[in-house]
Amino acid sequence: MSELLTVTDLTVRLKMDSGMREVITGTSLSIAQGEAMGLVGESGSGKSMTAKAIARLLPDGAETLGSVVFDGVDVLALSGDELREHRAQVAVVFQDPRAHINPVRRIDDFMTESLRTLRNVPKGDARTRAATALEEVGIDDPAKRLRQYPHELSGGMLQRVMIATALLSEPRLLLADECTTALDVTTQAEVMAILDDLRRERGLSMLFITHDLELAGAVCDRTTVMYAGQVVETREARLLHGDPLHPYSAALVDARPDIDSTADRLRAIPGRPLSAFEAPSGCRFATRCSFAQDSCREHEQVITELDGGFVRCERAIELRGKVREGAHV
Amino acid sequence: MLQFIAKRLAMLVATLLVASFAIYGALYLAPGSPIAALTGGRTLPPEVMAQIEARYHLNEPFLTRYWLWLTAAVHGDLGESIPLHESVNTLIAQRIGTTLQLVLFASILIVMFGVSLGIIGALGRGAVDTGVLFASTVSAALPAFAAAVILQFIFGVMLGWFPVLGTGEGFVDTVKHLTLPAIALAATSTALVTRVTRTAVREELDREHVQTAVSRGLPWSDVVRRHVLRNAAIPITTVVGITIASLIALSAVVETAFALNGLGAYLVQAAQNKDFAVVQGISLVLVVAFVITNVVVDIAYALLDPRVSLGSRAQ
Repeated sequence: MSELLTVTDLTVRLKMDSGMREVITGTSLSIAQGEAMGLVGESGSGKSMTAKAIARLLPDGAETLGSVVFDGVDVLALSGDELREHRAQVAVVFQDPRAHINPVRRIDDFMTESLRTLRNVPKGDARTRAATALEEVGIDDPAKRLRQYPHELSGGMLQRVMIATALLSEPRLLLADECTTALDVTTQAEVMAILDDLRRERGLSMLFITHDLELAGAVCDRTTVMYAGQVVETREARLLHGDPLHPYSAALVDARPDIDSTADRLRAIPGRPLSAFEAPSGCRFATRCSFAQDSCREHEQVITELDGGFVRCERAIELRGKVREGAHV
Repeated sequence: MLQFIAKRLAMLVATLLVASFAIYGALYLAPGSPIAALTGGRTLPPEVMAQIEARYHLNEPFLTRYWLWLTAAVHGDLGESIPLHESVNTLIAQRIGTTLQLVLFASILIVMFGVSLGIIGALGRGAVDTGVLFASTVSAALPAFAAAVILQFIFGVMLGWFPVLGTGEGFVDTVKHLTLPAIALAATSTALVTRVTRTAVREELDREHVQTAVSRGLPWSDVVRRHVLRNAAIPITTVVGITIASLIALSAVVETAFALNGLGAYLVQAAQNKDFAVVQGISLVLVVAFVITNVVVDIAYALLDPRVSLGSRAQ
C-alpha cells in the first residue's frame, strides 16, 4: 500500500499566556491509501492537536517542527489557495456537531456550501447530491431536513449530516475527531457503522481519534496510542487489544470494564494524564507505570520496532505478554 | 408574525398608559404653575384666576384632569399650550421633521462607522485594532454637549466648513446644517457600537462552526461574510436598536446646542416655560418612538436568528 499521509517527527508548541507550551513531541505516523488508523489516548495526550496539525487548523501563533506530507505535498509549507485545496481534500468530522454547524443557516446551506463555492456545482445539482448523501447516512425525508435549521435536528442526526457533508466534497482523508463521543451509545453505534461502511465503499483513508480502544479496534486497521504528546505504540488494531506492547496501552485495555464479569471496582490508571509540557524527563509514563524502574526515568525512551508494531518502552521485549497482568498489582 | 405584532401593539398601549400617567403625575407634582407663566408673575384678581382655572380645568381633582387629557389624547388631540394658545399637535408637527432627520442622519453615521470600525478592529488585530480602540475610547468619553462645542469650534468657526446654527432649506443645505449636530449626537453611540461589533466579531471568529468553515477550505472572505459577520449581526442589531432609541432623548442636548428647532430642544424650552401640555405631548411622542424602535429590533432579531421565534410563529 502506498502512503497517503506521512507525519514525521512532528512537534507542536502552542502560544499560551505563559509562553510557548509543547503539546506534541516528535510524533510520527503514516496512513496508507484506504487505511483506517485509530489514534487513542487520554485527554491532553495530543491526539486532537495531531489531527489539527494535519488539517492545518492549529490556533494562531502555533509553532510546528517536523514534517507532514500528504500525497507528496509538504502540508506545513502550504499557504493561500494551495492550503485551501489541501483542507478541501482532508475532511474533518468534529466531536460536537451542534457547535460545529452554523446555527443560523439551513442544513441545505451547510451541506452544499463547499460544492457551490469550491467546485462550482450549480445550486440545484448540489442540493440533489446533498439529498442523496442524506439518504446514504440513513436520514428519511431529506428534502424536509435540508430546509430545516440545525436546532431542529437531534444530535445523532446532526452528526450524520456532518458525515454526509464531509463525504460530499469527495475528500481523500477523513479526520474523525471523537466524532461519536457526544452521542448516546445506541446512536454512537449507528453513526459508527454508517461511517465505517461509507468509508470502505469509497476506499477513503481515515484517522479515527477516540479514547475508546475497543471502538478503534473495531473499525481501524492499525491503532496508534499517544501519551503526553508522544506516540507510545502503533500496532495492528486487532492485536493491540489482546497483546499490547506498551504498559500504557495495557492499562488502557484494562481500564475498560469487562461486560462478562462484575468487577468489584473499576480499574483505573493511577495518577492523572499529563500533557507534553508537564511530562517528566526520561520515560513520560514512568510516574504512572507499575513496571517503571530507575533506568526508565534516566533516559528518554525511543520508539523501536517489535513484532510488526512500534513501541516506546525499553522493557518492551522483557515484558512481552506480561504487561496486562502486571499493570494493576 | 401577526400575532406577535398584535401582542406588541397591546404592550405599546400598556406602556403608553403607564408612561402617560407617570408624565402627567410628575408634572402635576412639579413646582410652579402654568398660570404663573401666563401672567408673567403678575397678581390677578381672584375672579380672573378662577376663570382661567376653569378654562383649563385646573381646579378639577388630579384624576379627573388626567382622564380628560387622556381621552382627548386617545382621540388624537394632545391639548392646547396655555402660554401660546396653540394646539400641541401643530406645535409638535412643526418640529418633528427636524428631529427625525437628525436622528436618522446620526443613525446612519452610527451604523456606517460603528459597525465598519468594529469589524476592522476585530479582523485587523495589532496596530489597526489598537487604533480603533483608541478612537472609540476618545469618542465614548465625549458627551454630546462637549462634542457639539468642539465640533462647532473646529469645523464651524476655525475652518468654516459647516454652519453651526439653524436648520437650512432644501436637501443639500439641510444635510450641511445637520452634519455637525448628527456627528455630535452619534459620537458616543458610535463608540459603543464599535466596541460591541468588535467583541461580537471576535467571539464569532473563535466559534467552532467558523473552524468548520475554515476546515472545509472555504475562502477567508466567504468565511467572514457568511459565518462570522452573518452571526455577529445578531448582537450588533440589538445594540444598534437600543442606541438609536436612546438618540431620541439625547437629541434635546444637541438641538439646543445647535439652535435646531426640533422636538428635543422644544421639550426643554417648554419645561422651562411650564408649558405642561407641550411637555406631555412631546414626552408621549418620544415614548411611542422608543417602543416602536424596540419592536423593530425584536422583529429584526427574529429574522436574523432562526432559533428565536416571534411569539408562536406559524411554521
